[in-house]
Amino acid sequence: MYDSGKIIVGLVIFIVIATLPFTLNLGKAVAKPSPSIDTPVINQMAKKQCVESKDDMKTAHMQMLNNWRDEVVREGSRLYTAKDGKSYNMSLQNTCMNCHSNKKKFCDECHNYVAVKPYCWDCHLVPKEGA
Amino acid sequence: MSINRREFLKIAGFGAVMGLSGATVAAAVKKEVEATGPYMTDPKGLAAKRWAMSVDMSKFKSDADVQKCIDACHQIHNVPDIGNTKEEIKWLWTETYEHAFPGNEDEYIAPHYKHLPFLVLCNHCSNPPCVRVCPTKATFKRKSDGIVMMDMHRCIGCRFCMAACPYGARSFNFKDPRPSIKRELNPEFPTRTKGVVEKCTFCYERLAKGVKPACVEVSNGALAFGDIDDPNSDVRKVLDANFTIRRKPEIGTHPSVYYVIGGKEHD
Repeated sequence: MYDSGKIIVGLVIFIVIATLPFTLNLGKAVAKPSPSIDTPVINQMAKKQCVESKDDMKTAHMQMLNNWRDEVVREGSRLYTAKDGKSYNMSLQNTCMNCHSNKKKFCDECHNYVAVKPYCWDCHLVPKEGA
Repeated sequence: MSINRREFLKIAGFGAVMGLSGATVAAAVKKEVEATGPYMTDPKGLAAKRWAMSVDMSKFKSDADVQKCIDACHQIHNVPDIGNTKEEIKWLWTETYEHAFPGNEDEYIAPHYKHLPFLVLCNHCSNPPCVRVCPTKATFKRKSDGIVMMDMHRCIGCRFCMAACPYGARSFNFKDPRPSIKRELNPEFPTRTKGVVEKCTFCYERLAKGVKPACVEVSNGALAFGDIDDPNSDVRKVLDANFTIRRKPEIGTHPSVYYVIGGKEHD
């Protein structure tokens, strides 16, 4: 093999650089996200219950928000009947964020951890925190 | 194994029958699910076959009355004030007679009418050219009440609709509008983002709550709003009692905004 020295050195350098993100973070644990539901509205609730069960919301809130968006904007439907029979106004800004008024400690906590950047907040207003 | 023509036709025919009946069953199931889905319209909301508005220029006593309507609209919809006519965002604004009704301008029309501040907005056409050209169906006409809506989630900012709209009712966000909103933000309504087109929505969010559009509410009766299909609606009463004109009716868009020119009441 011609120039084997240069090639092998090059390969080693490539592998080191390519695996740098893993080797640098080896053994370091990133803090688990712990979304907080400590907001004035939620604290006043007798039974801390979101629109659907906690597990459903955890795994499927994005599908639910997509469906809500399509129903409200395109179909003009505004009310959502949850599995427990309760009726909700389908609105991110007026319903979700009314209880979860702590976007930084609730939404961003997990979204940052899994590095997703939903573009909700380009248009929808975030409640003023600490008010 | 080979099959002859007769067997093939038998199998094909049987398959077609099964396929058709399967499709009808599937359609029936789909209908069932749609009827019992968890989503419903708010019974408090106002409903109409087709919303329409009339603008009675004789009832605007001063420019301040007109400005009040514009301010009410721009306040609740978080419309920015860019301060640059090339990038301005307009939902409800004023035009002179010759700009609002091109083709109708006469040389000797009374100067009073030439300078009236005609309140103009999206006409919510029955045959909207903006909807026809939208490549993503971000703008669409609601089947339920004829409102020409914008779905900001889908808008890709191609601005075909702006080229198509014969009334200049659409504005593009060349930059993030938030820094340009000088008023207090309305926390119940979103802003828009850079790269989307926006326009008047006939206050669909207020109609859903059972209240009339914001401009109508503060207009002291100069603006009438209602179902054009209902002979007893406010807008039909105005149309029955007055001679009205529409903007560019000759191009066949069938606008839903009617104008009463009136006498010389406006100073």
